[in-house]
Amino acid sequence: MLSRKASCDAHGQDSSYFLGWQAYENNPYHQVDNPSGIIQMGLAENQLSFDLLESWLASNPDAVGMKRNGESVFKELALFQDYHGLPAFKNELVKLMSKIRGDKAKFDPKKLVLTAGATSANETLMFCLADPGEAFLLPTPYYPGFDRDLKWRPDVEIVPIHCSSSNGFRITMPALEEAYERAQRLNLKVKGVLVTNPSNPLGTTLTRDELNHLITFAIAKRIHIMSDEIYSGTVFDSPRFISITEAVMDRNLEDTDLWSRIHIVYSLSKDLGLPGFRVGMIYSNNETVVAAATKMSSFGLISSQTQFLLANMLADKKFTCKYMKENGKRLKKRMEMLVSGLKMAGVRCLKSNAGLFCWVDMRHLLVSNTFEAEKELWKKIIFEVGLNISPGSSCHCTEPGWFRVCFANMSEDTLQVSLRRIKAFVESNISGCSQQQQRRGSIIGKWVSKLSSSDPEPDR
Amino acid sequence: MKLLSRKVTCNSHGQDSSYFLGWQEYEKNPYDEKKNPKGIIQMGLAENQLSFDLLESWLAKNPDAAGFKRDGQSIFRELALFQDYHGLPAFKKALVEFMSEIRGNKVTFDSNKVVLTAGATSANETLMFCLAELGDAFLIPTPYYPGFDRDLKWRTGAEIVPIQCTSSNGFQITETALEEAYQQAKKQNLKVKGVLVTNPSNPLGTTMSRNELYLLVDFITAKNIHLISDEIYSGTVFNSPGFISIMEILKDRNCENTEVWNRVHIVYSLSKDLGLPGFRVGALYSNDDMVVAAATKMSSFGLVSSQTQYLLSALLSDKKFTRNYISENQKRLKQRQKKLISGLEKAGISCLKSNSGLFCWVDMRHLLSSNTFEAEIELWKKIVYDVKLNISPGSSCHCTEPGWFRVCFANMSEETLKLSMQRLKAFVDSTTNGHNQSSHQSVKNSRRTSLTKWVFRLSFDDREPCGER
Repeated sequence: MLSRKASCDAHGQDSSYFLGWQAYENNPYHQVDNPSGIIQMGLAENQLSFDLLESWLASNPDAVGMKRNGESVFKELALFQDYHGLPAFKNELVKLMSKIRGDKAKFDPKKLVLTAGATSANETLMFCLADPGEAFLLPTPYYPGFDRDLKWRPDVEIVPIHCSSSNGFRITMPALEEAYERAQRLNLKVKGVLVTNPSNPLGTTLTRDELNHLITFAIAKRIHIMSDEIYSGTVFDSPRFISITEAVMDRNLEDTDLWSRIHIVYSLSKDLGLPGFRVGMIYSNNETVVAAATKMSSFGLISSQTQFLLANMLADKKFTCKYMKENGKRLKKRMEMLVSGLKMAGVRCLKSNAGLFCWVDMRHLLVSNTFEAEKELWKKIIFEVGLNISPGSSCHCTEPGWFRVCFANMSEDTLQVSLRRIKAFVESNISGCSQQQQRRGSIIGKWVSKLSSSDPEPDR
Repeated sequence: MKLLSRKVTCNSHGQDSSYFLGWQEYEKNPYDEKKNPKGIIQMGLAENQLSFDLLESWLAKNPDAAGFKRDGQSIFRELALFQDYHGLPAFKKALVEFMSEIRGNKVTFDSNKVVLTAGATSANETLMFCLAELGDAFLIPTPYYPGFDRDLKWRTGAEIVPIQCTSSNGFQITETALEEAYQQAKKQNLKVKGVLVTNPSNPLGTTMSRNELYLLVDFITAKNIHLISDEIYSGTVFNSPGFISIMEILKDRNCENTEVWNRVHIVYSLSKDLGLPGFRVGALYSNDDMVVAAATKMSSFGLVSSQTQYLLSALLSDKKFTRNYISENQKRLKQRQKKLISGLEKAGISCLKSNSGLFCWVDMRHLLSSNTFEAEIELWKKIVYDVKLNISPGSSCHCTEPGWFRVCFANMSEETLKLSMQRLKAFVDSTTNGHNQSSHQSVKNSRRTSLTKWVFRLSFDDREPCGER
C-alpha cells in the first residue's frame, strides 16, 4: 500500500542514538522539579550565548517586527518565495563564512543555495551528486543522522572509512583506499567522500595532512568532496580551522576540475544556536549543482521572516564579531569544565578544539572489549547514573567504549551535577566487591593515579 | 565517469515549460505604475495580495507574536531551540481548527494527524515519497498545476498519468475519464497508486461537485488506491456552491472505519488564503498512522521555522480575527473576480464559471488561428510580448484542448487589473477589425459572429448550465 521508503526503517531512527532520547523524554532532569531525572547530554545544542542574541533582538525591534527604517516590509516578505533566497541574507552569510575561515577564502553569494537546515542541504546534495545505489565514503565515527539524511530518500549507500584511536581517529590514506576497495567489492560506485569538519562526534578540526589526503584521493578517483562545516563557527582553540577551500587553494588547484567537485554545507544551528529557525546552505563551485540544488530547495525553503531577521543580525558586524569571540570563549571554558571533571573521575577524552561535545574514552569501564559491553555500560549510564550520552556504536565507531558527551546544552550547575554523578559511578565501580571487579578495579586505580599525577596526555 | 546524478542532468524538474518561461519575460520587463507603465503585467502568479491590511493590522496590535514573547515574557530561547518535527503543538492545534472553520465546521481534524512541511510543495513531494516509487503512477485530472510535474515526479521517480477532462462538461471528472486514465497507466506498465486532485481546482477555479467526489471515492475504493486532495485553495471559496471537502464526503458515506478512510490524504497551506507563500507553511493530513509517522520523519528535510510557527499560532488562535479574515477575504476575492470577468466580457472573452481560487480559466479559443497548440503558443506569445500580459497557456497545465488560459486576478491592484483588461480589449478589437485579405477572412468573420453570441449569452444569462458553467 505504501512505498518501501515509508514502510521500512531505513530512516535509521531505531538506533540507540534516538532510543536514549526516549529514555530522557520519559524522565527529564529538572533542577527543581526532577533533580534525580536523566540529564540530557546527547543533544549537540549551543545554549551558551542566547543572552547575546536576545540583547541584540531587544535593541533591534525592526528586524523582529518586519520593518526596514521604520517602514513595514511585511507584504514584501510575505510574498517572497524566490528559491534564489533573500539577496541581503545570502550576502551576509558568505561574509560570515569568510570571517569564520579567517578571511582565507572569499565566497560568492551566487554559489550559495539556502535550505531548511543542514539536514536538507545534505540530502539535496546527495540527490545532486549520486544516483540510487551509488555510494559515499564517510570516516567513522560519524553523525548518526547521516544514515537517514543520505540513504533514506536518495537511496545512496554509505561505506565507512575506518578510523581508530591509534592515531586520534585521523583519516589516513590507507583507510581511504581500503574503504574504496571495500565499496568496489560490494559493487558500489563511489561518487565522493563526505567529511564533517570540525568533526561530529570527535570535536576536532581536520589537520592539513588529512585535508591533503582527501584532496589527493579525490583527484585520483575523480570523485566529489563534501565538507559539512556546520561546526566551523564553534572552533574555540588551536589549531585553527582550515576549510577544504583553503586547502585546495593552497595546492593551487582552483583551475582544475577538482574545484567543481568541492561542496560545502553550513548552517546557523550550531554556532548561533538556532536549530529551530531551519537555516542551512550549500556552497558549490559547480554551476550545474548550484542550479539543480536551487530548484530542489523549493522542497525546503527558509521562511522569509527568518531570512529577514537574520540578514539584519548578521549585517551588524560589530555584533557578529563580538558574538563569535565571546561564544568561542564560553565554549572553551565549558569544554574545559567537562574535561577536568571527567579527569577527576578518571575518564579521559580525545583532545578537542571545536564542537559542542567531547569524545570520551570509557573503554576502561567496559566489562569486555565488545559492543555488547558498550551497550551494557551505556544502559547503566542512562538508567543508573541518569545521563543520556551517545554510545560510539551509534556513530559507527569501530572500537567499543567511546561516547559522545555534550557540554553546551545545559547550565553550568547541571554540568557539575552530571560530573558528580559520573565520579560517583566510576568510584562505585572501582570499589565493587567481586574479585574480578577488584582486579579491574586496580587497573582502573592505576589509570586514576596516572591521570591525577601527570600532566595532560597527548589525547585527554 | 558520470559526475552528477541523473536527476540533475535531465530536465524532469519541468522548469522548461512555458509556465516558467513567461515568468522570465516578465522579470525582464516588469510593469510598474510609475516606473514602467508599458511593462508586462504579471497575471501568471496565483498570489493573494488582497488582504494584507488585515494581517498587518493584527500584527500591529499583537507585537508579542513576532517579538518572540508570550504574555510579555521572552520565549526566544525556547523557539530558537525548537526543532521537533512533531511541530509546535499550539500551532498544529490552531491550524486544524482553522481548517475546520474553512470547512464550515462540518469536519474536525485531529492535530496528531497533521504533519507540518515547508510549504505545500514539500507536502506533496513528501506524500509522494510515502505512497509511490519508481514504476508507480498517480492519476491527475487535466488541466493541472504545472508545478506537479516537478513536485511529484522529479526526485521520487513516480509518474503522472493524466485524467483527460474537457470543456464539454466544464472540465469535470467523469467515470469514463478515470477508467481511461487507469487503463492508459496499465498500458505504460505503471502501477497506479492513487489519484491526486486539487480542490478547489488550479487552474479552473472551481470546487469539485458532490458528484465528482462520490465518483472519486467509488473509484479509489474499487481500485484499492489512494486519494490525495490538495486543498490549498480551500480558504478562497467566495461563491456558491460552497466547498465540500473530501472528508465531509467520507463522513457522509460512513467511511470512518473502512479501509478507504486510511487512503485519503489532504494537503493544505497558508500560501493562498492568508497570502503568505514566503513563510513556507504547508501541511499534510492523513488518517493512516504509518503515513503520518513516515511523513513526520521526512519533514526533517523541510521543517517550518519555529519563529514562523509561533507567529502564526498566535494569529490563527485569534478566532475573532480568523472569522473576520475568512469572510472579508472571500468578499474581496469575489469582487475582484467579478471585475476580471466583466473586463473580459467587454473584450468578448468568456471564462469558465468559477467560485474560488485566485484566477479564472479563460476561453480564448475563438482567438486562435487554428485549433492547435501551436496556435495557442502563437497567441500566448502575442499576449506576452505585444499585449504585455503574462498569463498561463493551458498547454502548460496539460489541458487537452488548445485555447484556454489561466489569468490571475488577486496579485495586483484594481487599477492594474483595469489596465490589463483595457490592453486585452484593444488587442481583441484590433484582431477582430484586422483587414486581412487572405482566405482566413471568412473564418474570422464567422468567429466574430460566434464571439458576439458568447458576449450576448454572458451578459444576459448568468447561470448558463450548458457546457461551461
